[in-house]
Amino acid sequence: MGLALLIVVLKTIGLRRNDPVYHEAARFWGRIFGINFVLGVVTGIPMEFQFGTNWSHFSRFAGGVIGQTLGMEGMFAFFLESAFLGLFLYGEKRLSARAHWLSAVAVFVGSWLSGYFIIATDAFMQHPVGYFTASDGSLQLSGFWDFVLNPWAGWQYAHNMSGAAITGSFIMTAVGAFYLLSGKWTTHGRIFVKAGVIVGCVFSVLQIFPTGDRQGKMVSDQQPVTLAAMEGLFQGQTGAPLVIVGQPDEKEGKIDNPIEVPGMLSMLTYKRWNANVRGLDAFPRQDWPDNIPLLYYSYHIMVGLGTFFVAVMVVSLFLLWRGRLFNARWMLWILMLAAPFPYIANTAGWMTAELGRQPWLVYGLMRTEAGYSTMVSAGNGMFTLLGFMGIYMVLGILGLFLIRREIENGPLAGTGFASNLHPEVK
Amino acid sequence: MVSLWFWIVAAMVATYVVLDGFDLGAGAIYLIAAKTNEERRRVLRAIGPVWDGNEVWLLAAGGILYFAFPQLYASSFSGFYLPLTIVLWLLILRGIGIEFRAHIETPIWQDFFDVVFSVSSILLAVFFGAALGNVVRGVPLDVTGYFFEPLWTNFKLGPQTGILDWYTVLTGVMALVTLTAHGSYYVALKTDADLGRRARGFALLCWPLQFFLTCISMVATYFIRPEIMGNYERHPIGLLIPIVVILSLAMMLWANPKGKEKLAFIASSLYLAFMLVGAAFALYPVVLPARDHQYDLTIYNTAASIHGLSVGLVWWTLSAMLAVGYFVFVYRMFRGKVQLGEGHY
Repeated sequence: MGLALLIVVLKTIGLRRNDPVYHEAARFWGRIFGINFVLGVVTGIPMEFQFGTNWSHFSRFAGGVIGQTLGMEGMFAFFLESAFLGLFLYGEKRLSARAHWLSAVAVFVGSWLSGYFIIATDAFMQHPVGYFTASDGSLQLSGFWDFVLNPWAGWQYAHNMSGAAITGSFIMTAVGAFYLLSGKWTTHGRIFVKAGVIVGCVFSVLQIFPTGDRQGKMVSDQQPVTLAAMEGLFQGQTGAPLVIVGQPDEKEGKIDNPIEVPGMLSMLTYKRWNANVRGLDAFPRQDWPDNIPLLYYSYHIMVGLGTFFVAVMVVSLFLLWRGRLFNARWMLWILMLAAPFPYIANTAGWMTAELGRQPWLVYGLMRTEAGYSTMVSAGNGMFTLLGFMGIYMVLGILGLFLIRREIENGPLAGTGFASNLHPEVK
Repeated sequence: MVSLWFWIVAAMVATYVVLDGFDLGAGAIYLIAAKTNEERRRVLRAIGPVWDGNEVWLLAAGGILYFAFPQLYASSFSGFYLPLTIVLWLLILRGIGIEFRAHIETPIWQDFFDVVFSVSSILLAVFFGAALGNVVRGVPLDVTGYFFEPLWTNFKLGPQTGILDWYTVLTGVMALVTLTAHGSYYVALKTDADLGRRARGFALLCWPLQFFLTCISMVATYFIRPEIMGNYERHPIGLLIPIVVILSLAMMLWANPKGKEKLAFIASSLYLAFMLVGAAFALYPVVLPARDHQYDLTIYNTAASIHGLSVGLVWWTLSAMLAVGYFVFVYRMFRGKVQLGEGHY
């Protein structure tokens, strides 16, 4: 999704300036996007099915509400995305340059729209609104706009999409840095680094403020027990410290080897240094998230990497502005090696959101243990899990192999996807 | 309102089968009908720009099913857990078979993905047919409104049925033959020379089988569930459906040898759509029959609230118009016979 945005940026510049280098750049990333998109499509289909196959009690319980967003995702987003991806990848010769640009925009809009519907669904699970409980115990829709415009969804969406944009820009920057360091395709490498650093810097900052900050605020207001577990705050206190590093010991109820900033957690949560923050001890044990250490680490990895992204991107932007970035080999090395980190940060972020919601499937309404398909035996579940793991592993290896090949062949290679986009700019 | 959503879901499923049916069928004849690399690329170019969009009809129909009949979605998807998971694996393999083949131009790489694509297409056609067979035959629902079916038991129609028994194997084979014919008409329509001729030959070969299996399956369905005729007796207007089915079969037989490829393809589409509509008409208002009829899932005991359904009608109408618009546009962009030498595949 982040890459879709960057391709639209490159294509727009290419169209405006009529510069073939930008078109080549867009074409190159279009090829990589194509590989990613195929993998995204085929691995995305199971997710919709799994609501029914693996979480049937949950679907029965909440389908009257979240069926709305899942239905809309298929109808509004998937159709848009898939129809125009075909045009984007195959229709180059049959379309004008402008129409082809439009099909790139349509793919971008479709994928970002799809993101919203999924986030709105998750937001309902985090913070249910716009529903009533019917006589048979299931949830049904009462207010369409309340549900679709769930305040939780807005910030979560902004935070998530910004994370996607960071991922796309770090990858683009890393490939550019790789080209510059190895002295190949340096013209394109500069464009990649420049576009990646500018977009990446904007979104790295947005990721923390306001989107991350607002999201943290919602958690502290609506899910205080989650906040306490994320921060590893076992005992509630006034002037609660912020743990930067440390290992939670659930049995003893303390953090080992802590490095803390005194009063900082109170400040971040309530904007007062001496505010009282409730710890895990303020909540009944059965409402604690199930896996506190994993939640704690996911959250800290996400925040730590987010801070690192801002630092890297701000320094790079400064060097770019001074005109020194393309020769600063040490910085290019950092940018190249940073490529995997946004993936880790995004995964850790989702783990924080979903582990933090435990033990609830729909917050305050349905526990996770009540939602799964009881009629599917553990043996059958294991069989399909192993099958999916095997297939996904093969897909992952294939995808990496093909993308590595594209990077190796470089931005001027004429094979694979979208190879003769815009014959008029040769 | 609830009935309206029943027909919307039925129409979306029928659209899916007509559209994705032809690219599944093209996959089924792919290895035999398209012999050279150049011919294979032609087949892939014929379905390349549209297969993903066609498959979205399945996803969208699933989404709408979830939205309109959450209880049905919950019961059927968990009850058909194993076959659905296998269908997902096949869909994954088929997608990468189509898309990854062109990335490396060596025979070993391409042969591998050719086989992946074709075999997964064939198996998908069989599974979809068997799925329909399961829905018509009924499943072992109990008082909880749930069930679970293993892949097979003893291939008989006992109280604990499996996904595969003699009846659903019959419908699976029938689906394979029907979709193979459907795909052949499409390939004949989109290509010429040897490849087009071979596709027409395939369709010709399929026709008697298709005719024979249609008759057998109708008799078999009546045999295992005589009550299926109830709706047709109450509403004789429904008898138009089998008439359209027979007419479209006749039109295929007539149009194909004359080289009227478009007409033959339209006839085949009509055949598929009306077979499905006929099944839906027979089932209505039941959506998933139980082996023991007191536990039938109907549109009334599975639907979402009326308020939710009314709200949905607004956005569904809007989005369906948009979707049809995209499809008309895309198919117009890629109309005519396939030419190689532009872009991918």
